[in-house]
Amino acid sequence: MSVHQTINLDTLQEIVERHGYNKNKLIAILQDIQAVYHYLPAEALKTLSKLLKIPLIDIISVATFYRAFSLTPKGRHVATVCMGTACHVRGAPKILEEFERQLNLRRGETTEDGEWSLETVACLGCCAIGPVVVVDGDYHAHTSIRKVPTILGKYRK
Amino acid sequence: MITMKMNGMEVKAEEGWTVLETAKFYGLEIPTLCHHEGLTPYGACRLCLVEIGEGPKARLVSSCTYPAEEGLVVHTDTRRVVQARRMMIELMLSVAPNSRVIQDLASKFGVTRMRFKIRNEECILCGLCVRMCAEQMDGKAIGFQNRGYQRKISTPFDIRSEECRLCGGCMYICPACQLRCQGPQAETAICNACLTMDPTCLDFYDELQCWMYDAGRCGTCVREKKS
Repeated sequence: MSVHQTINLDTLQEIVERHGYNKNKLIAILQDIQAVYHYLPAEALKTLSKLLKIPLIDIISVATFYRAFSLTPKGRHVATVCMGTACHVRGAPKILEEFERQLNLRRGETTEDGEWSLETVACLGCCAIGPVVVVDGDYHAHTSIRKVPTILGKYRK
Repeated sequence: MITMKMNGMEVKAEEGWTVLETAKFYGLEIPTLCHHEGLTPYGACRLCLVEIGEGPKARLVSSCTYPAEEGLVVHTDTRRVVQARRMMIELMLSVAPNSRVIQDLASKFGVTRMRFKIRNEECILCGLCVRMCAEQMDGKAIGFQNRGYQRKISTPFDIRSEECRLCGGCMYICPACQLRCQGPQAETAICNACLTMDPTCLDFYDELQCWMYDAGRCGTCVREKKS
């Protein structure tokens, strides 16, 4: 898995084709683009607007509305700390601080080597196993400050 | 023809009219801000709120987006409506206190205090410029971005858009771009100067009869007339 730097037009064309050039499937298409590049490159969105024949601003509106989409490059690993009420009372802010300290970055930022991104989320809906931390789609239940290095170690080479 | 009741009066609306259009047709004044005849109704400013229904089931709706219905009972000036409108003006004032249009609305509706933190964002997100650009100018260069308190109107990536032809339609229609009068107390949130300026004392007394010898400056006569 490597972060693409240049935009491959064929990849984009193929994604749009798979959705049948359907304007209504914009969100699904954006998700697929994000799956390839880990973010939504400006060039890709401009091309997409021409392929789908929808104004660029409408695509931008959708892409900025949802937290799932990012217009800035994301790290290779994305750590998401749940800050919902249940996780919050069980110490999520402390865990977030520990992540910030360990990765040496602030929430919403990406490390300079492009390895890690740190995000927060309002609630993941699995309050029973809180505090929850999601790294690259893996859920880590009942996290504590002590478990943070172990979690990070799993993804560090 | 649709028959409905408006402020106790029986009115007839044509198929496809909104409540606002019906009220305008019968000369009932409903204040609007984000409404424009050449653009699709949006219902963002909530100034055109009216009360529909009767008794405990009465509710507030924006008249610019509510279609005229058979047998609908509308009140355009109840206490609840006026209070809601004044609250909306107060909120908009806190976001864009330098807007002339909003200051004038505040004066007109007697909004004399502002209990919210001044944010000076100079945009009330009424969407007029977005609709102007898309519908009248066929530009689609600007639009809403982000969500919640971060919502803003801008071009893609905040740089000059390729679609923008610099027609200026967005600035022409913007209610917040017009600066308020820079009167003696321009730094305070609400000017309200227009409240005391409108009927001058001289309409009632000439300069010699004014017992303050200060034609109109005391404001007593104005306040008497207002109440």
